Amino acid sequence: MSEVLERSAVASTVVPLVKMRDVGVRFVTRDRTVNAVNGVDVDLAAGEVLCILGESGSGKSVTMRALMRLLPRFAQVTGRIEVGGRDVMAMNEGQLQDFRGGDVAMIFQEPMTALDPVFTVGRQIAETVQRHEGISRSAADARALELLELVQIPSAKRRLAAYPHELSGGLRQRAMIAVALACKPKLLLADEPTTALDATVQIQVLLLLRRLQEQMGMGVIFVTHDLGVAGEIADRVAVMYAGKVVEEGPVEALMRGPLHPYPRGLLGATVHPGMRGKRLTTIPGAPPSLETAPTTCPFQPRCAEAEPACSTEIGPAPRRPVPGRMARCVKVPAAG
Amino acid sequence: MRAGGGEAALPSKQAGAPGGSGRLRFASGTRFAASYPMSIAPSTTADRGGPAQPLLLVQDLQKHFPIKGGIFGATVATVRAVDGVSFAVRKGETLGIVGESGCGKSTTARLLMQLMAPDAGHLVFDGEGVGEHAQTGGMSLKDYRRQVQMVFQDSYASLNPRLPIEDSIAFAPKVHGVSDAEARARAREMLAAVGLAPATFARRYPHELSGGQRQRVNIARALALQPRLVLLDEPVSALDKSVEAQVLNLLVDLKEKFGLTYLFISHDLNVVQYISDRVLVMYLGEVAEMGPVDAIYDRPAHPYTQALLASRPAMDPGKRRMEPPLTGDPPNPINPPSGCRFRTRCPHAEAVCADRKPIAADLGEGHLAACHMAAPGSGHSRAGRLAA
Repeated sequence: MSEVLERSAVASTVVPLVKMRDVGVRFVTRDRTVNAVNGVDVDLAAGEVLCILGESGSGKSVTMRALMRLLPRFAQVTGRIEVGGRDVMAMNEGQLQDFRGGDVAMIFQEPMTALDPVFTVGRQIAETVQRHEGISRSAADARALELLELVQIPSAKRRLAAYPHELSGGLRQRAMIAVALACKPKLLLADEPTTALDATVQIQVLLLLRRLQEQMGMGVIFVTHDLGVAGEIADRVAVMYAGKVVEEGPVEALMRGPLHPYPRGLLGATVHPGMRGKRLTTIPGAPPSLETAPTTCPFQPRCAEAEPACSTEIGPAPRRPVPGRMARCVKVPAAG
Repeated sequence: MRAGGGEAALPSKQAGAPGGSGRLRFASGTRFAASYPMSIAPSTTADRGGPAQPLLLVQDLQKHFPIKGGIFGATVATVRAVDGVSFAVRKGETLGIVGESGCGKSTTARLLMQLMAPDAGHLVFDGEGVGEHAQTGGMSLKDYRRQVQMVFQDSYASLNPRLPIEDSIAFAPKVHGVSDAEARARAREMLAAVGLAPATFARRYPHELSGGQRQRVNIARALALQPRLVLLDEPVSALDKSVEAQVLNLLVDLKEKFGLTYLFISHDLNVVQYISDRVLVMYLGEVAEMGPVDAIYDRPAHPYTQALLASRPAMDPGKRRMEPPLTGDPPNPINPPSGCRFRTRCPHAEAVCADRKPIAADLGEGHLAACHMAAPGSGHSRAGRLAA
């Protein structure tokens, strides 16, 4: 209860765009069980960019898919998920179809697999518009052209008739963004959209996303493993480890001085310019297997600063030493 | 212990580069065989050419892939993947190669490993022509491969899924005539050297290991033949950041321990800066710029290098960029632009850039840039300014 009050004071909007409370995802198959997400709270205000930062297996992509109900049937999703005040968990198939692509859109790492290879780019954009807005085919085609121009695809008119394989990686990624933005979603979910791109193209797509986000006032949740990408695009950052958000805060503060030992280790292990000849700090060991959900601090076995309290406190409970910042670590003071 | 400080360029009585190649843009030999540390641990194979002799001399390497089409399978186009690349790898150094996808850096690695035959070009390994007859001062491919090993990006695809990792590591020594028992002993020794306890890991299969552990196995396998040169093709690109740091530290340790020379290929500019002594920047199958790491990162002369460096995401949210340094994707290597291949994306392109291919201009200390602006008298309006 008090947690919710504190958060709404920070977000300072009446209805947050996204509100996830104690979300858990368990994959149960005959062979094994994986507790991929273990009690995640996410708040996103309208027009805000949140980066979910984590390594592979930390549950960042699964959290995003849970938000859009894109997980397979054998995934057990618990907790509350609300987008724009609507309960996503309670939606039926028909409502979900309107919701996906209309209110919320998602872009992926690999546009070649996200786009349909047998339809032209223009058709795929127009199809989305027709499905959600019920306008005529010619009007939808006109919108498709507008959208390709919006995402700065050169000679857009010609590119409308192009198939995905005829475009370069950067243009394909822009085309996928155009499909996602076709119905002016309030929320854009981006799952590592620039990871497969070259450096000079990555920065173009990041700047494009930032500009579009500002123009359209979208909320964006951006999943990445790259601290540099987070630094370039995020307002706030949530760091995930073993299916939990271990730290959250404004991007400047978090990048300058993380509270939790895990993001601190991650920052030290990331190669920056000017580290030549110095030994890189590493995080020993590997993340836990998640066959059982961690009850105490999941990072404790790898943590250099671990103490007895780390293996007893359940959670650990979130600490908020300064307004707007949160860390789940017993060594962080509860309040400032 | 790092090589290539750039001081005390030894007068190199360079082994005459086997002639024949007319257009040595980056005429390697004399210019590159400069400094090198004197305390290299002796490798199994004796150093033949002396410290000033580059370990590997690459001259005018070229690989074009034909694209077949039509009913009769005629060649309709050519991908100019590697187009006249020349450089030298000095003994004991780490040479980094950076570039975007399609620039030919991986093809270069495969050509160096002789995993595919080059269309043209020479490789000279420690003074001996690779694949040439022994009587004419050459070395056989088998000898060459014993001294040059490679680590690939995909740690899973590059290991045999049906062999325990110990057998994978012992395989190459056995091919080269080491007895089974000795090869296994060496494999376990190598596993220990890369930080995997042999008792725990030797009998495991690749799928039982994490990505970082598998990449350590690949490194162990490459080292099992006690090579002198290791080609690392994006060895850490598929790894998480915390694991990447572990593997980079390991590579630095192993280099010192075994006196290795690395050729490190990556698209990650920060990693290349961290690990390399000298850096080579490739663009569309050609060398754009090459030089000591500090010169490349502090004083990039080629506009492509400048743009590439400016494209790195800022770690500081207060220093966000507003305009991308470059627009558009790298052009298709099938029909590269005439003259300078970067001119279609270059903010300083002039008529001369389309007319003539730039010759590498020497900016001192082995820093070369293939740009008309860096070459005085090239006809470019900004020529000479950068060189000053």
